[in-house]
Amino acid sequence: MRKLCLVGNPNVGKSTLFNALTGLRQHTGNWPGKTVEVARGEYSYKGRDYFVTDLPGTYSLSSLSPEEAVTEEYLRGEEDFILALCDATCLERSLILVLQLLALGKPTIVCVNLMDEAQKEGLDIDLARLEKCLKVPVLPLSAGKKEGVEELRELLRQYFDGFLPVPSRPSLQDAAESYVQKAQDIAATCLSEQKGKKPNLTEKLDAVLLHPVWGYGVLFVLLLGVFWLTVQGANYPSQGLQWCFDRLGGLLWRGAEGLSLPTWLSGALLEGIYATVARVVSVMLPPMAIFFPLFTLLEDFGYLPRVAFLTDHAFASAGACGKQSLTMCMGLGCNAVGVTGCRIIHSPRERLIALLTNAFVPCNGRFPALLLLITFSFGGNGLRGAFCLLLCLLLCVAMTLLTSRLLSKTVLRGEASSFVLELPPYRRPRVGQVLLRSMLDRTLFVLGRAAAVAAPAGLLIWCLANLHLGNESLLGWTADFLEPVGSLLGMNGALLLAFLLGSPANELVLPIFLLILSPQGGSAGEIMSQNGWTWQMSLCAIVFFLFHWPCTTTLLTVKKETGSFKWTALAALLPTAFGALLCLLLTAIFRILG
Amino acid sequence: MEMCLNCLKEGQQGRITRLTVDTGLHRRLLDFGLTAGTAVLCLRKSPSGDPVLYRIRGTMLALRNKDSGAVFVEVAP
Repeated sequence: MRKLCLVGNPNVGKSTLFNALTGLRQHTGNWPGKTVEVARGEYSYKGRDYFVTDLPGTYSLSSLSPEEAVTEEYLRGEEDFILALCDATCLERSLILVLQLLALGKPTIVCVNLMDEAQKEGLDIDLARLEKCLKVPVLPLSAGKKEGVEELRELLRQYFDGFLPVPSRPSLQDAAESYVQKAQDIAATCLSEQKGKKPNLTEKLDAVLLHPVWGYGVLFVLLLGVFWLTVQGANYPSQGLQWCFDRLGGLLWRGAEGLSLPTWLSGALLEGIYATVARVVSVMLPPMAIFFPLFTLLEDFGYLPRVAFLTDHAFASAGACGKQSLTMCMGLGCNAVGVTGCRIIHSPRERLIALLTNAFVPCNGRFPALLLLITFSFGGNGLRGAFCLLLCLLLCVAMTLLTSRLLSKTVLRGEASSFVLELPPYRRPRVGQVLLRSMLDRTLFVLGRAAAVAAPAGLLIWCLANLHLGNESLLGWTADFLEPVGSLLGMNGALLLAFLLGSPANELVLPIFLLILSPQGGSAGEIMSQNGWTWQMSLCAIVFFLFHWPCTTTLLTVKKETGSFKWTALAALLPTAFGALLCLLLTAIFRILG
Repeated sequence: MEMCLNCLKEGQQGRITRLTVDTGLHRRLLDFGLTAGTAVLCLRKSPSGDPVLYRIRGTMLALRNKDSGAVFVEVAP
């Protein structure tokens, strides 16, 4: 089996090379949190298949973080051909890892990527000399432009076919400092800077993006922009999808009649399972299909570490880490993705804080409900609605910081950890690749989750709605039962029940709520008006939407990431407690004010 | 003249003399090539003053003041 793996520092272009080699014949882990999962793919060249593994970016082999340890573990266990990637604009630093890799004594080729960027910066690399120093083949690449990729394929073929002796060096273990010194020496002989270097783009952009005033301004505007694009842009596709599903549903009904299925069966299957899954997919898919590509584009561009840089102080004073702002951004798309993304935080204590507070940030699934409540009670066209959402988000950020601080003073006590963050140079994001990958990964995954989660939930709800106790459905009966607690929280029993039944997915809460109030259907606005829904109730509902237990997928992910029931229980309890307290407070205020 | 890394002003250059950081951080800094004798440039401070961005061996690194306080540099007068 012809197996190879890509190893290198983060931001060196491994994923670009991986994509250039494998095209669409690749798959990642279930959560595409960048550099957290191992991607595997394959390509065929001159009649043979090659299997490629893209390992997470790492700065060293004797690494401290579990995220980086994956590389070390993999190399220890597997017999792959190693492609050690270097950044031509950062040669000295890249060589530190390369030297450690060569010391393993496995077959290795060194690829110097980003040659085009280096040229722009006026850097000149003597590749022949580098090859002599490293004693393994050195290949120049500009993976983004696909330059050098064919030569790489050919070179690999020659090694695997036995035309060339496999390149490896005797394994030598050296002290860590000596690698740094060696890297410096080698770079000194092979690297030269041309005179008249132009000031680079990164410096110019950072002058604005890291500016005390403009930096935060841009961050604010970007967030608002992404929000607005997601919310507005998802409208038509959602309606479109719902229309398609309705059409398909009509056909299925006719099919059921044709097959003379008993009404309870077709009801359970079509009204219960199908309708629920259809609704979840049409509400959930478009916003995610917009949000995640946008987020990944920003990440590719190199902007996200700047966000961590600008926000670290606020998080450090809460006993947490600036990278938490990034996991919060991921949580905006999907809380479960945000929870998995917490792996980028090295300190276990700070990782837990980020994990437990991720649900304080509203995921895409809650946006439609939030917007509906905002529009119904506080009026608003597109921009005003987005602005209110932003206010909600600011509240969420404040609560996250507060809770983080609380946690680091109580159950997660400890020192603020050491923080070393690399700000990579800005790179042009690979738009086509990103969009395609994002769409594919997201779509397949969302559809899978929708079916797995919404189907049984839909069935349960249908049963509750159609089984009767006396002359009321079980659903209505339970809603009445919960009314006292519901109104205590400033809402009503129906919404509380909807929250409970909608635990599998936040997208379900609003449809269930409307179903309870009006089993026959109708528009949301009508149903809510007819049932005496006030603006005070909207406000409490909004608060509870923002702060309640995470969906079951997120909780399962928390359990998977922490391996502990205790933390999972806390993850469920924290937002609920705050949500309930806030609602109680609001209700009390309303009562006092009359 | 020796001073802490976090005392460097924006745009000021220094050369690392010694590190008194704990093992974990030491390892991490080593991976970026932060050793005695390396040249460091203080690029910019975050709006709140912490963390601070430095350029080391062509890489831009952000370090918290608490950590850079344990790294000592020599500055040309």
